[in-house]
Amino acid sequence: MANWLRISSRTVANHIKKRMNKEFMGGAVHVNQSSGLWWGLNRGGPVSDRNRRHMDPLAWNRATLLCVQRFKTTLAEKQHDSFLSSDSDDDNQSVDFPGGKVSYTSEMSFISESSQTRVPCYRVLEDDGDLISDCDFQQVSKEDAVKMYSNMVTLQIMDNIFYEAQRQGRISFYLTSAGEEAISIASAAALSEQDIILPQYREPGVLLWRGFTLQEFADQCFGNKADYGKGRQMPIHYGSKKHNFFTISSPIATQLPQAAGIAYSLKMDNKKACVVSYIGDGGTSEGDFHAGLNFAAVMEAPVIFFCRNNGWAISTNVSEQFRSDGIVVKGRAYGIRSIRVDGNDALAVYSAVSAAREMAINEQRPILIEALTYRVGHHSTSDDSTKYRQLDEIVYWKKARNPVNRFRNWVQNIGWWSEQQETQLRNSVRKQLLEAIQVAEKTEKPPLSELFTDVYDHPPSNLEEQEKHLRETVTRHPKDYPSDISV
Amino acid sequence: MLAIARQRMLGQSFKKILPAVSVLRSYSSAAKQITVREALNSALDEEMSADPKVFLMGEEVGEYQGAYKITKGLLEKYGPERVLDTPITEAGFTGIGVGAAYYGLKPVVEFMTFNFSMQAIDHIINSAAKSNYMSAGQISVPIVFRGPNGAAAGVGAQHSQCYAAWYASCPGLKVLSPYNSEDARGLLKAAIRDPDPVVFLENELLYGESFPVSDEVLDSSFCLPIGKAKIEREGKDVTITAFSKMAAEMLEKDGIYAEVINLRSIRPLDRSTINASVRKTNRLITVEEGFPQHGVGAEICASVVEESFSYLDAPVERIAGADVPMPYAANLERMAVPQVEDIVRAAKRACYRSVPLAATA
Repeated sequence: MANWLRISSRTVANHIKKRMNKEFMGGAVHVNQSSGLWWGLNRGGPVSDRNRRHMDPLAWNRATLLCVQRFKTTLAEKQHDSFLSSDSDDDNQSVDFPGGKVSYTSEMSFISESSQTRVPCYRVLEDDGDLISDCDFQQVSKEDAVKMYSNMVTLQIMDNIFYEAQRQGRISFYLTSAGEEAISIASAAALSEQDIILPQYREPGVLLWRGFTLQEFADQCFGNKADYGKGRQMPIHYGSKKHNFFTISSPIATQLPQAAGIAYSLKMDNKKACVVSYIGDGGTSEGDFHAGLNFAAVMEAPVIFFCRNNGWAISTNVSEQFRSDGIVVKGRAYGIRSIRVDGNDALAVYSAVSAAREMAINEQRPILIEALTYRVGHHSTSDDSTKYRQLDEIVYWKKARNPVNRFRNWVQNIGWWSEQQETQLRNSVRKQLLEAIQVAEKTEKPPLSELFTDVYDHPPSNLEEQEKHLRETVTRHPKDYPSDISV
Repeated sequence: MLAIARQRMLGQSFKKILPAVSVLRSYSSAAKQITVREALNSALDEEMSADPKVFLMGEEVGEYQGAYKITKGLLEKYGPERVLDTPITEAGFTGIGVGAAYYGLKPVVEFMTFNFSMQAIDHIINSAAKSNYMSAGQISVPIVFRGPNGAAAGVGAQHSQCYAAWYASCPGLKVLSPYNSEDARGLLKAAIRDPDPVVFLENELLYGESFPVSDEVLDSSFCLPIGKAKIEREGKDVTITAFSKMAAEMLEKDGIYAEVINLRSIRPLDRSTINASVRKTNRLITVEEGFPQHGVGAEICASVVEESFSYLDAPVERIAGADVPMPYAANLERMAVPQVEDIVRAAKRACYRSVPLAATA
């Protein structure tokens, strides 16, 4: 049984890969409600009023299936008009306005506030980890798959142990990625080292994939002198230039227009790389979400906006956050190609991000990915989510819809992972983490001089004076200062 | 005789900067005159030409040639990739500018007025000013935020606030405020070349004013140091500190030899020049257009009290705008902004030539 599965999924995968390579950028629209890859390409043409009334996405897609054209940014404007002139049904006389030609109609109809069916969600694995038959996905090598799985386990254990450390008072704060391990690891796996990451704060998995060590994570959380952030920020605010991972900044959604700006720099430099910026469902309510997406579209910047829709923004449920069909539908409002993906399906996330990256770089355009998932943990160590949601809801997602278990079933069924390796890995990671924490806890805090550096490029004279003054004071009155201040 | 000549000059409209006043300043071969607008435009042009990473962004900076024509001709010369007309979202384009600076470009972001910068202030402070520190030197932000600041004429409360004190209180930022064309050129070039985020506060009413500039100032390598104030006029009776437009007003005094310091740089503040001057004159008046509480004058006063207390012969006085949102009616507006007469009276008080103010609540 397992053999058959292996062969068929591989041949299927190869077949799909060939097809995908051919029609990747093109107009292939694969309509498969439950599990297929749904590329609802924006044809750019006007929606006739009849379609508008029904808003049946299936019907519309059948029409677009017939026009398979390569979609190039530079041709977009022209396609607008040519589509219009070739379409001869409906009362299709057009009228000119700034922004282009538009057809008019004398039947008044309002575009519905929502379509009859929600945008379907792309997934490749069933909940139990079985590969869905006849699906589209980007094949993963054994090495990558094993690394992805190991990283997901490592992230899970790291979260548990650091969370406990906070509870024990050893660090002041922590927040977990519980339930979202597939998102950060699988998306990172689909990118290259040159792609620039602007995280929100629930994506340490991306850093983990890129080689950040458990010791480096621990050092930042303890704010010691080995911390790359020199003890300047709260725990989990990681940053590493060598890993192209921008230092985490607390205000929500500010990274979105910044990402568009960085992508613009990459574009000016003609780099074969893109920017990937992460945001939660709550963050999309910020003004910066609008500015970032709108700008990226106008500037044709190679940036992937990855939204982790985990259902909760601290205690605010998505039903109180927005009235749209999630985030994916907002992409079209900005002229941005978008996809909704099952965020707990590592293979689906991997495929979607791979595809998005190709489009972003080769077509120089932004892409929006909405990954549906669930925030299993509390918002942070400062939160107790049982106060605003049901305990059995949390337990359900933790047990039955766990992304780590799901992926494990897949790698095990393929024969790339075993129970023995599982036990070994978990024990080893746990041991390493406990050691890392011990080492980080014992490491000295940053020296006094680091209080004053990096405010400016060169230290100004007033800060040099203040530092000198402070050193003198500490030396003269050692009893008034803690003993672990290294002067 | 000289005092009488000065008195006559005082009779002229205080809003007009008299070219004749230039004889009081010491410039080398002051042959050419350029407006502040031309000074800013030429500074931007030269820096863009010298460094391909420098680019401009803002509302109307391109096709419209700039809301105040500061960026005139630059779109034509450098193209739309280096002069970006942005949609109307200060928060958005400031965030994008900061992002571009994170990656190594050198944006010059224009705010139509600094009043609108409040919509972007989170990006200016939390994304730009603090980034180098929070990232421990991994993220530097070589960005310049520029635009008109402070009161103009008849534009009301939401277009007249001065932001010098707000931005200057934030570590990680540098805050500059030029007065004349030489300041405008030298300081803007220094700001663009500086690796730290700089807030560059211009003044709308000065854009059209001409000032003499030497050949040295016109040279493309000209640059003024950040953090150095300029003694616009030497004196001995009282020190007057001012910046931007207020610097102009202080040059007409009657009979009092005021030493006028043009701050040029609000952060870092040139405390040594200010204190050295106070130690010479023993009296200090600070002048600014903005609101009085927690203003630039308050900081200067504290600095002088900390460092030169025993040299003071009179209490430090702050002259500032009225503690009200700027009214629109011309007569009320005039009362809300410091006038030359206010400073003259303050100077006289400091020099004990009139009855001191009764204690106010």
